[in-house]
Amino acid sequence: MSVDLSQFHQVFFEESFEGLDSMESALMELDPDAIDAETINCIFRAAHSIKGGSATFGFNVVSEFTHVLETLLDEVRSGTRSISADDVDLLLQSVDCLRDLLGSIQSESDIDTSRSDELKQEFEKILAGDSAGVSAADGSSAGDSSAPAKVATTQENTPDVAPVSHNGWRIEFKPSADILATGNEPLRMFRELATLGEVSVSCSINTLPALTNMDPESCSLSWVLDVITNEEKAQLEEVFEWVSDESDIIISPFKVDEAVEKVTASDISGWFIHFQPNKDMLRTGNEPSRLFRELAELGDMAVSVNTSKLVSFAALEPECCYLSWDVSLVGEIEKSSVEHIFEWVMDEAVVDIAPLSQQQTIEKTQSTAPIANISVAKEEQSQSVDQPNPPATVASNDQAPVAAKTNAPAKARAPSKAGESSSIRVAIDKVDNLINMVGELVITQSMLGQIGNNFSEDQLSRLREGLSQLEHNTRELQESVMRIRMLPISFAFSRFPRMVRDLSRRLGKQIELELLGEQTELDKTVMERIGDPLVHLVRNAVDHGIETPEERVAAGKKAGGKITLNAYHQSGNVVIEIIDDGRGLSRQKLIEKALRQQLISQAEATSMSDIQVYDLIFHPGFSTAQAVSDVSGRGVGMDVVKRNIQELNGSVDIKSEENVGTTITIRLPLTLAILDGQLVRVGNNTYIFPLVSIVESMQIDDASVNLVAGGCEVFQLRDEYVPIVKLYEVFNINPDSTHLRDSLLVVVESDGNKVGLVVDELEAQQQVVIKSLEQNYHRIEGVSGATILGDGTVSLILDIPGIVKIAGVKHRMNNSMYGSHQQSEHAINIH
Amino acid sequence: MQTTAINDSAELNGTEVGQAAGDSDQFLTFIMNNEEYGVNILCVQEIRGWESATPLPNAPSHVKGVINLRGTIVPIIDLRQCFGLDAIEYTPVTVVIVLKVETANGSRIMGIVVDAVSEVYTIGGQEMKAAPDLGDAVDTDYIRGLVDVDDKMVILLEIDKLLSMDELPDLSEVSKTLNASNH
Repeated sequence: MSVDLSQFHQVFFEESFEGLDSMESALMELDPDAIDAETINCIFRAAHSIKGGSATFGFNVVSEFTHVLETLLDEVRSGTRSISADDVDLLLQSVDCLRDLLGSIQSESDIDTSRSDELKQEFEKILAGDSAGVSAADGSSAGDSSAPAKVATTQENTPDVAPVSHNGWRIEFKPSADILATGNEPLRMFRELATLGEVSVSCSINTLPALTNMDPESCSLSWVLDVITNEEKAQLEEVFEWVSDESDIIISPFKVDEAVEKVTASDISGWFIHFQPNKDMLRTGNEPSRLFRELAELGDMAVSVNTSKLVSFAALEPECCYLSWDVSLVGEIEKSSVEHIFEWVMDEAVVDIAPLSQQQTIEKTQSTAPIANISVAKEEQSQSVDQPNPPATVASNDQAPVAAKTNAPAKARAPSKAGESSSIRVAIDKVDNLINMVGELVITQSMLGQIGNNFSEDQLSRLREGLSQLEHNTRELQESVMRIRMLPISFAFSRFPRMVRDLSRRLGKQIELELLGEQTELDKTVMERIGDPLVHLVRNAVDHGIETPEERVAAGKKAGGKITLNAYHQSGNVVIEIIDDGRGLSRQKLIEKALRQQLISQAEATSMSDIQVYDLIFHPGFSTAQAVSDVSGRGVGMDVVKRNIQELNGSVDIKSEENVGTTITIRLPLTLAILDGQLVRVGNNTYIFPLVSIVESMQIDDASVNLVAGGCEVFQLRDEYVPIVKLYEVFNINPDSTHLRDSLLVVVESDGNKVGLVVDELEAQQQVVIKSLEQNYHRIEGVSGATILGDGTVSLILDIPGIVKIAGVKHRMNNSMYGSHQQSEHAINIH
Repeated sequence: MQTTAINDSAELNGTEVGQAAGDSDQFLTFIMNNEEYGVNILCVQEIRGWESATPLPNAPSHVKGVINLRGTIVPIIDLRQCFGLDAIEYTPVTVVIVLKVETANGSRIMGIVVDAVSEVYTIGGQEMKAAPDLGDAVDTDYIRGLVDVDDKMVILLEIDKLLSMDELPDLSEVSKTLNASNH
């Protein structure tokens, strides 16, 4: 059967990238001096799953590389190797390398193995480096584990190959009921076996029917034979040759001194229960005799009481329980039903439930006088195997299954993380919540439907009630749906610990990164698009913000710097702060630089506020770094940061104090689907301004408006000249009035320049849901989207930079000198 | 899913015309300036009465604006104006046919304003006549074919092509020519 594995590739990649993420974060947590077992396990598990997955899909480059990684991790995990900070670095590099490899496999581009080969060699060097100690440990453990494995799996096990590992065979012989009718005689076979070696036989009678139902010609017995012999397995098989078709025969190697033996289900004929209640169990209202009565209902039971803990009569407290019991329960009983009986006393008692094999008797356990520890009894029982005991008492094989159960590793689930992929992981409670709300909505709808079907005046109040309920439901539903797209901001923050660590090492700085408010939720799309700007800002903080330890000490600060990333919700926005306690922005340097680049005039330089000066760093091509480093300082970055944030309808502010630090505050809308809008009216049309772009709005009179050459009007707003753009002209619509004094001027900011837009009236402010115009039509200059107002009509959301552009084009067509803020000011000067 | 289905049907229809297959398509016809036009009924999403649309700035005159169709912004195109016919006044009985059309950029929903909706005809491939060659001046790509129903000529439109054309054609000329050549 061939399965098209490629359909699972996407899942593999997603899981692998998640695995790498968790590896990376675990590596960051890893303290080489005190290795936390769970952390190293987490790393190991991730590497292991990637190895397994890549091998399955035939990505050998990845699986081979991961294999080496895994070997190293395994040694760390088992404690045979300590890990150094350099090793952690190497592991982090290999995470990057794996990410690259997987990325290129995913995009089906050429795979560059040079780096992985290099790293692989490094790892192999490490592995070989102290091979002496490691291989010894390795060898011994391998010896331990491989020997029994070989015994168990190899069928043609000759005495020469493993002379000590076993000295006989265990034969489980379960003939079918009609074996006697075919003329086969078990006794004959046993006699034949006896000629091969020493045989001890135990007989299982748990399938024996009641005497009244017994058929004398059928065989209801099964046997376990332990043959101590050096003969080969084939010889034993020959004995059973004639009956192999009619019986179940399992021949397995048998080691006399082996305490733990394999148990097959057929061996379990009941349960051995050690029940040792705490002293005060009786006080909790639990009654052992009730438990025993319930047990007795399950099957035949024999109980022995252990009185070794019984105190002297004088010290006896009547309400305390000093006894413990050993119960043998015979019958085909599910373990869970036994556990069920003891369910209520589990906390107050020691209850060991172990499979009882065959005819383990109470007398046997009693012989090992005080049953303080049940394992003593078990050992005693298993030793009975090699003594030629009467068939009735045969080994208890109870250890194996119990051990298997308790040793089953509590496998912790690897933390799930969704990468920046097209799928989204939604917490189940969010989905449940949504389903609940849809249910509510359906109920409300049917209620309203009922009212509508036979409506009369007196039902008006019910109708109102229903409608308000509907409104309530809809709003809740909307909020829940929005929440589905929300992810905690830790997805964006998670890359920074690594980045800051690497950068600070490279730059020789000591930097502590603090992440706050990681659980703040943000729309997935916003999250994806804020990632790069954040990286720029954090890099800047590391490179320019934080000083070198020497500089810091000289400035009277402690040598280690600190960067804090903080996220929180504030009035419908998400605020992200990047705070560093570094050198801060120097007003003087900024101004010097701006003057040199002729961005500002000397007069402006003295009059500019601090905030305006800080805003200079968002100017394209502006960098204050003394030297361009490979980390930052090329002058691209801050303007890109600002543009990206503005595209998300967000804003960015800087607060800084020289030698104390810088705080950059980013404000983002919770989601891209909803916008805070200001409704404005021009003639018969209602448009929406994004509220973030509005600086202020005012009434103006003609006196404060100057006409510059070419027909462009500018308005003096305090100490600035703001060009006026008439929306009705840009959009070719009829306004109420073309006189400025009858209109309102909305001052908006676009690409750092202020523009005054003329509208007829300001209407409400409201949140609007952004709908795409491009989906069914095409892009319109000056319009960024549309929304549906409360009355169901469509209203257009204005794209301020687009409008300014159209206006500019129109004016230029009129030979206007209007172009940009600077130019118009220049024009004023001439004027 | 739906998109694919429509894609498939469009392809299927395209071959049918060429092969004059026995299969037939249903066409919704509408009246404009006493001419009957037909569109494949599979493209028709719904038919609704005229409601005022929000005008789009700087849009061509045949684009009447956008309406809210249950949360989707749908542009409304006046097919009269787009065919160069005189504009008429809209009343509540003016009909808007909401169509789902396939364009290079995926499927789009658009509304067309017409005078009235007429009939649904089932038209077999062999009944359809190819549009006559009207010379280089007139592009007839958007005409899927002509068909005679009860001695009336119905112009079947290839609505996907028509509505994704940059410059909408002046159909008054075309229909005149078609009428002349048909009779």
